[in-house]
Amino acid sequence: MSKVLMKGNEAIGEAAIRAGCLNYFAYPITPQSEVAEYLVRRMPEVGGVFLQGESEVAVGYMLFGAAGAGERVFTTSSSPGISLMSEAISYIVAAQCPAVFVNIMRGGPGLGGILPSQADYFQATKGIGHGDCRLLVMAPASVQEAVEMVMAAFPLAEKYRNPVMILGDGLIGQMMEPVEFPDHLKTEPSNKDAWAANGMDHRGSQTRNLVKSLFLDSTALNDNNLQLKAKYDRMRAEEVRFEAYNTDGDYRGLIVSYGTMSRVCRTAIDMLKEEGIEVGMIRPQTLFPFPAKDVGDAAAKPSCSHVLSIEMSMGQMVEDVALGVLGRKPVSWYGKCGGDVPTPEEIIEVVKERIG
Amino acid sequence: MGKTFKKPEALSDAHTHYCPGCTHGVIHRLVAETIDELGIRGRTVGIAPVGCAVLAYNYFNCDFQEAAHGRAPAMATGIKRARPDLMVFTYQGDGDLASIGMGEIIHAANRGEKFTTIFVNNAIYGMTGGQMAPTTMPDQRTSTSPFGRNVEEVGMPIKVAELLAALQTPAYITRQTVIRPKYINKAKKAIKQAFTYQMENTCFSLVEVVSTCPTNWGMTPVDAIDWTEKTLLAYYQPGDYKVPA
Repeated sequence: MSKVLMKGNEAIGEAAIRAGCLNYFAYPITPQSEVAEYLVRRMPEVGGVFLQGESEVAVGYMLFGAAGAGERVFTTSSSPGISLMSEAISYIVAAQCPAVFVNIMRGGPGLGGILPSQADYFQATKGIGHGDCRLLVMAPASVQEAVEMVMAAFPLAEKYRNPVMILGDGLIGQMMEPVEFPDHLKTEPSNKDAWAANGMDHRGSQTRNLVKSLFLDSTALNDNNLQLKAKYDRMRAEEVRFEAYNTDGDYRGLIVSYGTMSRVCRTAIDMLKEEGIEVGMIRPQTLFPFPAKDVGDAAAKPSCSHVLSIEMSMGQMVEDVALGVLGRKPVSWYGKCGGDVPTPEEIIEVVKERIG
Repeated sequence: MGKTFKKPEALSDAHTHYCPGCTHGVIHRLVAETIDELGIRGRTVGIAPVGCAVLAYNYFNCDFQEAAHGRAPAMATGIKRARPDLMVFTYQGDGDLASIGMGEIIHAANRGEKFTTIFVNNAIYGMTGGQMAPTTMPDQRTSTSPFGRNVEEVGMPIKVAELLAALQTPAYITRQTVIRPKYINKAKKAIKQAFTYQMENTCFSLVEVVSTCPTNWGMTPVDAIDWTEKTLLAYYQPGDYKVPA
């Protein structure tokens, strides 16, 4: 298929359909309402389900219901909406159901603003819901990558029977870029008959399935949490994804940045190179699991004097960067989170100052 | 002479955890009989609430999902939209449905979602130990209204069937009780009717069942039945509140 020019939000909606997800429930919120406006027309064309729920709270449980019945399902929202869905996400994690949540982040806390932000890093990677609850989190840096990550998210959610989140900043949703959709229109869903409440007749079974998150017995609850932990450990072993930029030779500083922010950093790195200053970058594509070892290895290079986490937040990912670096090099943060994206010039200034 | 009475196939052999004199067991049985009679056990998914009936799935022999507090109608919506061929019912108490889940039930009813809700109203929170519910009667004593429900402070009890019947979307909304055999027969008919409307894809259906909670009311089962009949049924009057055209 040839390239088409598409807005990120619309491309995300189309990618889900091409991944074989025909169930979409959502509640309007800026800056991602275009996904719903796209899918309300597109879903009927492919025999899919579109429903605007009465709140993000309800939408979260519409996903839980459909996922528990073994159906591929997804939603899109933005920061305050994800807070409301986080209750359902905790239940979906506990009940071990696959589902895909897209968060096109806006500024916070509270109502915050509607401009791009990356301030939901902690929420997505560490505090999405109550209990020992984690998501596999992927962060696209372009519309093309958003499409690929959405399409990868469904099989991954099924592999782990765990929700997957696509964490995009507002720019990813709002900007238009050329996109090429992968050839395959559909990835076959996994066989869910062993656990889904999809009807005994449907799976030709005499044994009923139960989708639940209540374990009153302490051993049973501990066992369920051990199962969840085993999945998180497996994600750490098998799903870490990142891109290294300008790290082959020596570099005086290392930037860690993701999403739209990393593209600005890349420009800054190119401009610094012209000035004869080499700076490398690790761009995490998965935020959980975080490429901690890879960040640490890159920081350990003898030429590297400083590691800088550049984010559109007041310093969240920097904590994971520091955990990866393990005190071997100084780690600091730079960023903004009112909605303005730091410019290459600002980044160059900060880099020069920090690497000394 | 053949067997004339047996346990429905849709009921399991599990021993009950419900208190003596509680009506959940009777209501479970009526739902299970309905599932058997309509021959839908293999394509039924029940949704358990949070409350005493959270373990309802222990007693039913069909697929089940367990909701968060109040969210069963949203889950039922998700299932039914994605799999319209399934028969879906939520089983919810009054704290679950009429307090924390009021938004979900109103919007599901108003969208005309084609599932069935069994709404068990015993005018109190049971599992958490007898706190005041939105359905608690004026002056009724509970652990969080120890001097009786003060309607000046917290308003009058909510009549869910009347509230939902006021919506303009077609629906089957009825209120029943199961405290005596004459009521049980009517309640059975209503539950079967509700499932039948779902099966025919006609409309949303809700059966409110006025129930007892002897433990948290601090009454014997017999006194609880008398109080239900005299006090609850005077306010929560049984009958069909909305029937589809």
